[in-house]
Amino acid sequence: MIEISGLTKNFGGTPVLNRIDLSVAPGERIVVIGPSGTGKSTLLRCLNFLDRPDAGTIRLNGMTVDAAKATKAEILAVRRRTAFVFQNYALFANKTARQNITEALVTVQKRPRAEAEARADEILREIGLAEKAGSYPAALSGGQQQRVGIGRAMALDAELMLFDEPTSALDPEWVGEVLDLMRKVAQARQTMLIVTHEMQFAREIADRVIFMEGGRIVEQGPPSQIFDAPQDARTRDFLRRVG
Amino acid sequence: MRALDLDYMLGLVPVILGYVPLTLGMALAAMAFALVLASLMAVERVVKIPVLDSFVKLFISFFRGTPLLVQLFLFYYGLPQVVSALAQINGVTAAIMGLTLHFAAYMAESIRAAILGVDRSQWEASQAVGMTQGQMMARIVLPQAARVAAPTLVNYFIDMIKGTSLAFTLGVTEMMGATQKEAAGSFLYFEAFLVVAVLYWIIVEALSLLQRGVEIRLNRAYAR
Ligand SMILES: Nc1ncnc2c1ncn2[C@@H]1O[C@H](COP(=O)(O)OP(=O)(O)OP(=O)(O)O)[C@@H](O)[C@H]1O
Ligand SMILES: [Mg+2]
Repeated sequence: MIEISGLTKNFGGTPVLNRIDLSVAPGERIVVIGPSGTGKSTLLRCLNFLDRPDAGTIRLNGMTVDAAKATKAEILAVRRRTAFVFQNYALFANKTARQNITEALVTVQKRPRAEAEARADEILREIGLAEKAGSYPAALSGGQQQRVGIGRAMALDAELMLFDEPTSALDPEWVGEVLDLMRKVAQARQTMLIVTHEMQFAREIADRVIFMEGGRIVEQGPPSQIFDAPQDARTRDFLRRVG
Repeated sequence: MRALDLDYMLGLVPVILGYVPLTLGMALAAMAFALVLASLMAVERVVKIPVLDSFVKLFISFFRGTPLLVQLFLFYYGLPQVVSALAQINGVTAAIMGLTLHFAAYMAESIRAAILGVDRSQWEASQAVGMTQGQMMARIVLPQAARVAAPTLVNYFIDMIKGTSLAFTLGVTEMMGATQKEAAGSFLYFEAFLVVAVLYWIIVEALSLLQRGVEIRLNRAYAR
């Protein structure tokens, strides 16, 4: 069980996250939607301490962290139990596809290199890029880079996988293959928190959809409720605008 | 105008070549120490450790702001008078020390700029997978920064090779010192210094060739 309570973040005095409460059950797949600038990315980044929350607690299966006062060790512990997939892929530019996957297993998790490499090869097959193992990110298409980005996150065996608009930076031709891979991850009942504008995808794989606006959770529920019978006027308004 | 004494010049070449190992040795040693020191200072300047940061800034400012020759004299003739442990310092050690500190100050600034040039996404991805700051620097940021800084660092190495000629003022018989002695015996100053100039020139040109090779290699890296 992952429990977030009172998570708050201000940028220059402006509240961007306003006392967010959220519980995530093991294996639950949550999609976060909402207009631009409402704090969706900030929520994910605060959960991984890429942005430092101003208040709130993060409880990750038994470990409770006071987000504002988190120590270096606590921050590392949280990061080691979560995985992050970035909008712009953010693959290590000086590492091959395979090394991108093994890097954290060896450096952070201290697993033997041979074991890490075996795991990477397994993942490369799963993401359909076994033949690109030795390629550097610069030589991969956007879709391939993002598949490696997801593979790198998969390898960590994290308790929670965070996706920040993983298909938004992609040319339309590559969106399908990345969504297919995410479906595969979802089918394995990986706990996921996904920010996306892909409504059809959300409807398909989400156990719960969260609509955020102005740094707050306005409405949440199963996709059928949020998409077909939204209760809040702001949700209806947003869905009408994104079509 | 008189004719050049070509026989004398040809005879001088092997004599001066005998001092190339000392010249290159001093430059290589100073370069190795300077690279380590400069990287440490560059990383410090980026992460900014309180108190230490002011000291590093002062260090860089001093060694960039004063002439290398003055620094060499300070180490060789000055320091032994106040620090008794350095009383036995020899010219080679003082020259390597001076070159190291002087060039480390410059190299720290180039490496720092290269570190700051590494895309923010690289830092964030390293943090997101749970790396410590040290792991992030060693595994992801510095290797990428090194690629950007490499051509500049080779330029500093070239400057350093030329800078070793100042060691003769500390009584070191390296290429320049040897030439000076030869010339003082033969009075053929023009011939002697022309020979040593050409030898420095050839060494530097060879390095420039190497530098271009390295640059081509570096540009190819990360792109297959
Ligand atoms: N580092 C920062 N410094 C200052 N303001 C920031 C920073 N990061 C985000 N913000 C502001 O916080 C607000 C929320 O940003 P955030 O990126 O979380 O929105 P979002 O919901 O992810 O939007 P989008 O759909 O456009 O990605 C925005 O108004 C943004 O300008
Ligand atoms: Mg965003």
